[in-house]
Amino acid sequence: MTALRNVWAIVEKEWRHYFGSPIAYVILTVWSFLFGRFFQVSLDFFMRRSMMMAQQMEFGGGPKMSLNEWVIAPVFHNMAVVALFIAPMVTMRLFAEEKRQGTIELLATAPVTDLQIVIGKFLAAVGLYGLMIVTGLLNVLLLWHYASTPPEWKPVVTGALALLLFGSCFLALGVFVSTLTRNQIIAGILSFCLFLGVWTLGWADDPSAGPVMRALAYLGVTTHMEDMVKGVLDLKDLVFYLSFIAFGLFLAHQSVQSQRWRA
Amino acid sequence: MIEVENLTKRYGRTTAVDGVSFRVQKGEILGFLGPNGAGKTTTMRILTCYLPPTEGTARVAGYDVFEAPLEVKKRVGYIPETPPLYPDMSVGDFLDFCAKIKGVPAASRKAKIDDAVGKTRVADVRDKLIGRLSKGYRQRVGLAQAILANPDVLILDEPTAGLDPKQIIETRELIKGLGGEHTIVLSTHILPEVSMTCGRVVIINKGKVVAEDTPANLTRRLRGAGVLRVDVRGDAGPAAEAVRAVAGVVTVRAHGEASDVASLEVEAEPGRDVRAEIARAVVGRGLDLLALQPVGMSLEEIFLHLTTTDAAHGEAAPLPRAEEVSA
Repeated sequence: MTALRNVWAIVEKEWRHYFGSPIAYVILTVWSFLFGRFFQVSLDFFMRRSMMMAQQMEFGGGPKMSLNEWVIAPVFHNMAVVALFIAPMVTMRLFAEEKRQGTIELLATAPVTDLQIVIGKFLAAVGLYGLMIVTGLLNVLLLWHYASTPPEWKPVVTGALALLLFGSCFLALGVFVSTLTRNQIIAGILSFCLFLGVWTLGWADDPSAGPVMRALAYLGVTTHMEDMVKGVLDLKDLVFYLSFIAFGLFLAHQSVQSQRWRA
Repeated sequence: MIEVENLTKRYGRTTAVDGVSFRVQKGEILGFLGPNGAGKTTTMRILTCYLPPTEGTARVAGYDVFEAPLEVKKRVGYIPETPPLYPDMSVGDFLDFCAKIKGVPAASRKAKIDDAVGKTRVADVRDKLIGRLSKGYRQRVGLAQAILANPDVLILDEPTAGLDPKQIIETRELIKGLGGEHTIVLSTHILPEVSMTCGRVVIINKGKVVAEDTPANLTRRLRGAGVLRVDVRGDAGPAAEAVRAVAGVVTVRAHGEASDVASLEVEAEPGRDVRAEIARAVVGRGLDLLALQPVGMSLEEIFLHLTTTDAAHGEAAPLPRAEEVSA
């Protein structure tokens, strides 16, 4: 009970920081703009293609194109790339700023555990990221209003969940990196490099590759998005993401605790 | 309320705190005095569970800082040297956050915040961003944060640093007012602060306790050295000669002669009152005695005396024992 209240107090405080400064607004604006742009480009492409298809139909026809496959899935994949860039901006200040300002001493001497602080900060970041995804989904909602055959809702939900989990992996790692330094910029750059490294692991995903490469590919955060964006919710993907997040938070917690010993 | 035993903290090869022991009774205000780098802040950080000790134990309200840090943290209010504040939060929001993480129940939160704001006189800046406040206000917001949850123990690391004289006096009054109800450990290197607010003083230097007593006792113990200041019109030479001849006088030093006045610093044997003899001797030589007054050592001098280490011994100069001094 107290634990939850403490975590919530931290979340609330971080949100006050995000929205009390330009950070949240800049991030939300950039994200919404890019989401909208990618959505518009995919939709344009989809409409041109379906127009062509419709013309061909008269001569015997091609398959019917799905909005899910041609518009929504590509936008989710593109936004995963954007998340790669934006996640460091969300997490870099979380601990680095507290250390620079000396306010970490306030948190560390309050009756709050290190784990509660770490989880509170992570959840605050996930909250902001979740809000970003929701604003993006508003674009997708338009399809239900305007499309003649609306998209299936299931792949949209699992896709958004994939985007959320995928980004949360970065956020958890970002929280960890932020505990390592008192300089936000360094935290940001290090997080970005680390995320990029984790991202490229997914490139090894090739059926002809050897067992080592296959194992590495399994660790790639993008590999596990594929099925979910298609609408397939597999337990192994969920377990992967949740354990990745738990691992990141574990590192962050260890780092916060060990710094107290080394100080 | 606070029991510190043989506390040691090493950072790598440097020892910041070296076998420090002291106790603080409930309701007492303890002054923690020492030059910069003496280990005051480190000791306080251990007491607030910010750092673990290397050796020794510290207990607050019966709870060990190492074994039950959460219990200790619940009972301690703390201001570090630079008050930990979020510049982009308003004072009210900040105190609200502090109340939440300190576990102040929602029902009494507003009353507690109002109370702390009132006591530290920051009500007029309650809606301002902390980043826009002057140093004096920030220090007081820090203090408001420390007393917010009404903790049993307050640990204040240089609470008056950076304040103007009026604010310093107000803060001292506030701290004095908090004593009794709260147990307070207060660090400073400003000496009058200690004699004005603290019931007891622990002086530490290079990580070790060099003295522990009430401010009055510390002053009295050193006043026993019996230093007198004697002002005589004319040259210092004959006057010094006259004074030196008096039985019981140990040393005579002539001080900067202001125009035609010779100022002598006379040290008598401890506990022996030689004032009358000195007056008689000076006047007997036909010299004009202008002033004769005992020079009590101020806390500043005691502090310097204790913390200026003798290179040959590597130890602080010993204090005269209280027993040797008969009023």
